Amino acid sequence: MARLELEGVSKSFGNTVAVNTLSIGVNDGELLCLLGSSGSGKSTLLRMIGGFELTSSGRILIDGEDVAAKPPEHRPTAMVFQSHALWTHMTVSENVAFGLRLRGLPRAEVATKVTEALEMVGLAGYGDRRTPNLSGGQQQRVAIARCLVLRPKILLMDEPFASLDQHLRERLRDEVRAIQKKLAITTIFVTHAQDEALALADRIAVMSMGKLEQIGTPDEIYARPATAFVAGFIGTMNLIELTVSSGATSLGGLQLATPVADGPITLALRPEDWQIDPAQGFALTVTRVINLGAHALVEADLADGTRVKIHLPKASGVKVGDSLRLAPGPFALYRDNAAIYRSEGGMV
Amino acid sequence: MRALRFHAPGMILALGLILFILLPVLTVFLWAFAEQWFYPSLLPTKWGFRFWHAVMARPDVWRALLTSLQTTSIVTALSAVICLPAAYAFARMPFPGRQGLMMSFMMASAFPRFAITISLAVLFLTFGLVGTITGVVIVQLLGTMLLMIWLPTAAFRGVSPAMEEAARDVGAGPIRVFWSITLPQAAPSLGAALLLTFVWTFYEVEGAWLVGVPRVQTMPLLMMQMINNQLVVQYGAVLSVALWVPSLVALFFARRVLGSDTFAKGLGA
Repeated sequence: MARLELEGVSKSFGNTVAVNTLSIGVNDGELLCLLGSSGSGKSTLLRMIGGFELTSSGRILIDGEDVAAKPPEHRPTAMVFQSHALWTHMTVSENVAFGLRLRGLPRAEVATKVTEALEMVGLAGYGDRRTPNLSGGQQQRVAIARCLVLRPKILLMDEPFASLDQHLRERLRDEVRAIQKKLAITTIFVTHAQDEALALADRIAVMSMGKLEQIGTPDEIYARPATAFVAGFIGTMNLIELTVSSGATSLGGLQLATPVADGPITLALRPEDWQIDPAQGFALTVTRVINLGAHALVEADLADGTRVKIHLPKASGVKVGDSLRLAPGPFALYRDNAAIYRSEGGMV
Repeated sequence: MRALRFHAPGMILALGLILFILLPVLTVFLWAFAEQWFYPSLLPTKWGFRFWHAVMARPDVWRALLTSLQTTSIVTALSAVICLPAAYAFARMPFPGRQGLMMSFMMASAFPRFAITISLAVLFLTFGLVGTITGVVIVQLLGTMLLMIWLPTAAFRGVSPAMEEAARDVGAGPIRVFWSITLPQAAPSLGAALLLTFVWTFYEVEGAWLVGVPRVQTMPLLMMQMINNQLVVQYGAVLSVALWVPSLVALFFARRVLGSDTFAKGLGA
């Protein structure tokens, strides 16, 4: 339970800048997801917080104390590794007890805490097992217990469920969230899976090429992406390159009111924001229909050949070759990666 | 029939190998338990343990065994003390010229050992080390270096850095991490390396012969002497079989522990 403050944190490996002057504040008991593709710097940032990489510059404050120069063993953080990193020569109990024994706690107290921690992650009675004999999910539970038993101020999780199958991943995700809330432990969770981030996080920090693109609640990130990168990264988005001239843009043979300065823009529009509108909608020809269960993802061409993605209810029964008339809903315009305009009502 | 035809070359090859490898071993075995074996009989004409009793009753056998155990233990221990830290450095501490140094080890070991041993023996003459245990230990120690750096380097490299980081994370300092995580993780492979070194040293002949003779007599030297100088073949055969069993056990253990990629890992692959 603590507040984490990153102030202008940077990390370079030779000429490569992995993390570029990044500042984030994480509140007490908050779960922050660092979301980004591989190479975005999210894992490097997490490893800097844990002490496994030294910062090139910047401060890492935990409850106001700068820990940037401290080795991992002297930081009040605990990390769950993607590879579990369990010590295979020790039993489950010995794995969980190792950190407590290092702290010189009495044997009885260690035993009690280990039992509690294993119960918390649903592994009561597994103490004497050898870790290689456990399933992937059980191994990750041990790794989580090994961290939680120390009651760290900050819990760090580095893509902890990446090696697990989808079903198990969702279950563990919910359990971790429940435990995290119960203990009110400040948690940084690194993932490249946006569904995981959207489901887990209090706030999401989207990273790209070592920089923070946007930080916000899952709703904010999804509904109001601050940059074109975030718009393209989170969920499915139609990103259409257009040119504004005299406050309007030509798209699919129609004029779209775009009250921004003339020049190139990126128009961003969610597939679910198209509305059927026979009166003033765009004429579209369906080129592909993908059944996504609850709804259909329809790919369609506008009159000028621009291909867009649209979510339609499955009941609409759209087939390849059909002609539709749809009006775009709310959209956003980006220029130089930054949002410069958001329409509220959609087409004007 | 097709399958048989297909496998025929393989069968012939296997049979040839069996004859080539196993037959000499089998002959030694037969001689060890033969009390009489007259030409042209295919098998010994009289079986028994007479020569086992005779060999075990010889004081020079026990003396040589003691000498061998003594030198081998010293060599293995020294090799561990020198090579294990070096192996850890090779595996975990990047330093300039690391790859080159590793390669130079390989190159030195590829050089015909006999030539090196002879030049060492000449050098030892001037230092009065010929015919001493110290001389034999030094010469054998040099022979163990490659194996004792190569395999442990692979062993240390094989320990997942995440495991070590996880230990740092829960509060262990670097030394504690090495002691509680790295060493136990690498232990099976280190054990195998020590075992192989022990076995190799125990059976080492060239160095012991060129530097140790005549005063230092190890077990293999005694065996050689018995085979060369004695009219009774059985003495040598009995010693061979007696020495064969422990080395076989050691090799089986090492094979179980060392994965097929261990040797490659040690080279930095």
